[in-house]
Amino acid sequence: MNIKLKALTKSLWVFHAAASPCNNCDIEILDVLTPRHDVERFGITLAGSVRHADVLLVTGVPNYKSKGILKRLYEQAPKPCLVIAIGSCACGRIMFRESYNSPCPVDEVIPVDAYVPGCPPKPEAIIAGVVKLIEKVKHTTSKV
Amino acid sequence: MSHKVVVPIGPYHPLQEEPEYFRLYVEGEKVVDIDIVIGYLHRGIEKLSESKHFDQVAFLVERICGICSNSHPIAYCQAMEDLAGIQVPEKALYIRTIIAELERIHSHLLWLGLAGHFIGYNTVWMWAWKYREPVLDMFEMISGNRNHYAMMKIGGVRRDILDEDIPALKKTLDDLVPIVAMFKGAVMDDPVIQSRLKGVGILTKQQAIDWCVVGPTARASGLNMDLRRDDPYAAYDMVNWKVIVQEEGDIFAKTVVRILELGESISIIRQCLDKMPKGEFDANVKQIPAGVGIGRIEAPRGECFHYVKSDGTNRPIRHKIRAPSYMNVASNKVGAVGGTISDAAITLAAVDPCYCCTERTAVIEKSSDRKILNGFDLIKLSQDKTEALKERMGHGTIK
Repeated sequence: MNIKLKALTKSLWVFHAAASPCNNCDIEILDVLTPRHDVERFGITLAGSVRHADVLLVTGVPNYKSKGILKRLYEQAPKPCLVIAIGSCACGRIMFRESYNSPCPVDEVIPVDAYVPGCPPKPEAIIAGVVKLIEKVKHTTSKV
Repeated sequence: MSHKVVVPIGPYHPLQEEPEYFRLYVEGEKVVDIDIVIGYLHRGIEKLSESKHFDQVAFLVERICGICSNSHPIAYCQAMEDLAGIQVPEKALYIRTIIAELERIHSHLLWLGLAGHFIGYNTVWMWAWKYREPVLDMFEMISGNRNHYAMMKIGGVRRDILDEDIPALKKTLDDLVPIVAMFKGAVMDDPVIQSRLKGVGILTKQQAIDWCVVGPTARASGLNMDLRRDDPYAAYDMVNWKVIVQEEGDIFAKTVVRILELGESISIIRQCLDKMPKGEFDANVKQIPAGVGIGRIEAPRGECFHYVKSDGTNRPIRHKIRAPSYMNVASNKVGAVGGTISDAAITLAAVDPCYCCTERTAVIEKSSDRKILNGFDLIKLSQDKTEALKERMGHGTIK
């Protein structure tokens, strides 16, 4: 495991990109940071800019306007960067599949490392997703 | 000679959890103009609604917005009941009121936390969200999900509130009362918060009328309007409560209105739990005739309006939605212009904008060659100002 990947398993800084969500997943992400779940204990905190982030949390179904911006955000993030799709919309577009303003799911815009389904996923599920992803990174030898 | 500088905010920035793009035109520290570009959240819900049958639409409109995930279904169901002339059982009306008021509590606490974060009081953020959790627990107890409760259906509600759950619900509500009192004291008596919010982002009564603002934004500007009283729906005419109105129109008044509404909501839910009759909670609607119907309710942010047209088949042929933030967001132009950049963060957030609700129309702007920065610096600026005020007032630095 190289040093960059090793660093990625501790104190993740997350950036939260809302690609046309309904807000609920976004609120649950903030909920994970507040006192009941309090993942700030483990050094996980919201980064103000994607350039400081280790993890990109994507919520919602990208539309024509947010699709390009999402791609640009991923390009701006320092690599290696992990991407987690939070919520059923980001995982599989659920009922917005037939919408005229939903060109493709998140994983066709940027590579996704972990999927957390649920509408919205409970904070516990989001934490479980992050823990599993860290486990995965620990057992990877190549670049994520 | 002064020259204008453009401060772009967004679309992805930590100012709010949703993407939107503000362009602030500034001269020195002063904001002289503002442009708001939205459309990052448009999902084509009105059109999608025409491809779903009437029962599915209730789930679809629920996903317009995660914060008002009860307001849209209740307005839609009322529109359908108006269309088909359905009489809703009394118990269902009480359950609808309870869910709607629980949602108001959770929404106002959420806003209070975010507002605290914007002016550099992260303690307010953490505390408000900590005490929001019991409200979500109540939702989980009643509906099985923390958000997106799926409680509303045409002609009633989907689930009953069980008798054995009522004592636990009342206990949680009783625990909330001292917390609301604490927030009232902590926010309304704090000299730093007062000097930060009083006289900032003022929306006068006349401006509030001109810009057609609704909900707590209007009530903070002295407009005595509340659909729950003016056009009673659900069980609001069967319980005692009062409309909170403040005259000042600044951000402090908007905060006070929301905090005082928390107390009213708790009182409404308590009365509903006591008065709730026994019996049916669903009218078992089988057929929707042709016709048009409207439903309007007072969502946590203001009036939410749904119009549904049916031609006798099992799908709506037109579904129009007007969410409260559609009116409120535009009033940012009055609120933020004339203030300083460091006050812009809280002013833009003060109307409790909900872009997910608002984006019914897609306006794609082509001139996107401008470099887009994030609003991190803006929040930092706002937090620094509070810090400086605290030092000047001898509070020491509180992180």
